[in-house]
Amino acid sequence: MLELLFKGRPRFYLWMAFLAAIVGLGVIVYIFQLVLGLQVTGMSRDVSWGFYISQFTYFVGVAASAVMLVLPAYFHHYVKFKRVIIFGEFMAVGAVIMCMLFIVVDLGQPQRVLNVLLHPTPNSVMFWDMMVLSGYLILNLLIGWVTLECERHDVTPPKWIKPLVFLSVFWAFSIHTVTAFLYAGLPGRHYWLTAIMAARFLASAFCSGPAILMLLLLVVKKATKFDPGKDAMRTLATIITYAMCINVFFYLLELFTAFYSGIPGHQHPILFLFSGHDGHMAWVNGWMWTAAVFAIASLALLIPPALRHNEALLPWALIMLVIASWIDKGLGLLIGGFTPTPFETVTNYTPSLAEILVGLGIYGIGGLIVSALWKIAIDVKKETGTFELKA
Amino acid sequence: MLYNAKYIIPGLVVAVAAFTAPFWLNIGTPSYTYPDVAVPTGEDSKQCVEPKEWMRTQHMTLLNTWRDEAVRFDKRTYVATDGKKWDISLQNTCLGCHANKVDFCDKCHNSNNVQPYCWNCHVAPKGNE
Amino acid sequence: MKKSRRDFLKVAGLSAFALGSAAALNLGSAKAATAEGTYETAPAQLKAKRWAMVIDTRRFTNAADFQKVIDACHHEHNVPDIPGNQNVKWLWKDTFAHTFPDDPHGYMPDRIIHGNFLLLCNHCDNPPCVRVCPTGATFRQEDGIVVMDPHRCIGCRFCMAGCPYGSRSFNFRDPLPFIKDVNTAYPPRTRGVVEKCTFCTERLAKGQLPACVEASDGAILFGDLSDPASTVRKALAENFTIRRKPTLGTGPGVYYII
Repeated sequence: MLELLFKGRPRFYLWMAFLAAIVGLGVIVYIFQLVLGLQVTGMSRDVSWGFYISQFTYFVGVAASAVMLVLPAYFHHYVKFKRVIIFGEFMAVGAVIMCMLFIVVDLGQPQRVLNVLLHPTPNSVMFWDMMVLSGYLILNLLIGWVTLECERHDVTPPKWIKPLVFLSVFWAFSIHTVTAFLYAGLPGRHYWLTAIMAARFLASAFCSGPAILMLLLLVVKKATKFDPGKDAMRTLATIITYAMCINVFFYLLELFTAFYSGIPGHQHPILFLFSGHDGHMAWVNGWMWTAAVFAIASLALLIPPALRHNEALLPWALIMLVIASWIDKGLGLLIGGFTPTPFETVTNYTPSLAEILVGLGIYGIGGLIVSALWKIAIDVKKETGTFELKA
Repeated sequence: MLYNAKYIIPGLVVAVAAFTAPFWLNIGTPSYTYPDVAVPTGEDSKQCVEPKEWMRTQHMTLLNTWRDEAVRFDKRTYVATDGKKWDISLQNTCLGCHANKVDFCDKCHNSNNVQPYCWNCHVAPKGNE
Repeated sequence: MKKSRRDFLKVAGLSAFALGSAAALNLGSAKAATAEGTYETAPAQLKAKRWAMVIDTRRFTNAADFQKVIDACHHEHNVPDIPGNQNVKWLWKDTFAHTFPDDPHGYMPDRIIHGNFLLLCNHCDNPPCVRVCPTGATFRQEDGIVVMDPHRCIGCRFCMAGCPYGSRSFNFRDPLPFIKDVNTAYPPRTRGVVEKCTFCTERLAKGQLPACVEASDGAILFGDLSDPASTVRKALAENFTIRRKPTLGTGPGVYYII
């Protein structure tokens, strides 16, 4: 099926060249980072993880969210999703590869990364994260590719694919649970030491991932006229709405525990994120308030069915939702976890330009992978006559 | 029958040529000679921890084991095959005798084009750079 | 035709796998060739069931008292002096409120409120850094010392997130240019790995006490916590001592006489 990549319109290659240029810039900056060390980042002795790990965390969620299509389709036989499942699976492939790259660029000694496998350490959550992410990548690539190839040749998928699909549902939950356990099991990091972390991660993943998927499908619809189907999109929007409600609810639970208990350690990170420290505003405060406002606004546009079904409003609601969840998980989570420090002091963290460029490069790689795989999927659908939506 | 032979056969030829290039390119160049390294002199440095020939081929694996035994198992004494005991320390024991890193370690590593990263941390004794 | 090509690929794949595993097995046997000599504990090695440290904070009254022990440690171990917040610290000082953030209040003696306290790795009974390390680069010896193997470290910094005491430092850059007077007897580290206090395992092997203990003129005690006759046990029995963040269940091995 890879040969389909060589038969594209010029604007497809233009888009790919644009992404490749971003990747190229990221690679050049990464080479500097390799030579000079992580001094080129904004990280410090006190805030020892930053933009890279937070992006890793966010995209584990995006990867896991494919399950929001697979589960209704396979467990509840919701056939209208079958048409778009492949896009969810292929987006998960791109997202998992981004996650792995974000881990690698964060390492001080990336050439030693295989030490994790050479010296397996089951007591480390990082070891399990590597296992589940690799497994999830293989599962999605295999399931997506095999089902698409069968669709192309108009044969039923092999029998062994179904158990793998069911496995991938549980696996999706596991990748984000394990990622939450990276944080939720650390003593002394109050913002992370919370039993609801994994549940919060899943809720935020299951609203933001499908929201990104829907936005991308809208772009694809504009570019290729591929129509995912009105019913499928409405159902997905409903799933996103429920997940976002749960996501916001879980965050409010955190606020209750921190502020009703009155335990300073639980309050400090939240206070820092929203109001800074000792009267000094931190740059992240504006972002956190933006996230709060966007979260509420997106819910206001998603909860009433009349607004949710309004195709002109929906993209804006989804964009606000994605921004809100990205700030919460892609910025606030890490900064709140490290601030205040174990000494109850404040060390500010701002991602450096190098970090952002390397991160953009990885976004570019994810974009390349998803664009290529989605193009193959769309071309196959055109070949087999499943491109047009049947009434 | 072979489809697309006009692409496949030239491709195979190029691949085979590339893989065997080291052999072709080195025809006629002088054969490898063991570099003349600076062997330590002095009373205490007549004999290395193990025989010279064995050290020449195995010192890297010995150093790896030394590293793990000392750092990970806190076993910091090496009892050599001749029964002599040595402190396990690249920096103090090995470089103690082989004080001339440039003419000993580097010479052979350079001619074999290996860049061990030992020296990123383990600093050579003063005055031999 | 199609069938036989399929079979050919299967056989080719199996052969490649067999060749690959044979090569992997060879790797294993290459290691056996190093089993030339045998390995022993160093003859002068100081031994304990559980090494612990007691810091008599009453004897650290001025900046020189701190500087003396910090310099001894940092020179011995080639700890670089890097300006800014990407610095490296094994042994350092900070205020009471930062060292013991759980219970600072404004009515303590001046000596406490305005005084400084030594900070270092606590060599915990139940170290979170060891629990989270994905490669075993940091681990706990039987004698209670939490060791760092910089050769194994991949620089993921999970241990730094795990340590509730901020005891770990990452080499954001090559440390060598920031070491004024390199001690050639002890290897510095390289960029990209994490490091911390090791309770001077290399000195204990030579029968010496840790560098800070030696430089402190008796203000820092070091000994076997499981031995009732040891100096640390006597000090703990005779004085009121506290540990940093004991509620986290890490079981710190560093005690502070207040």
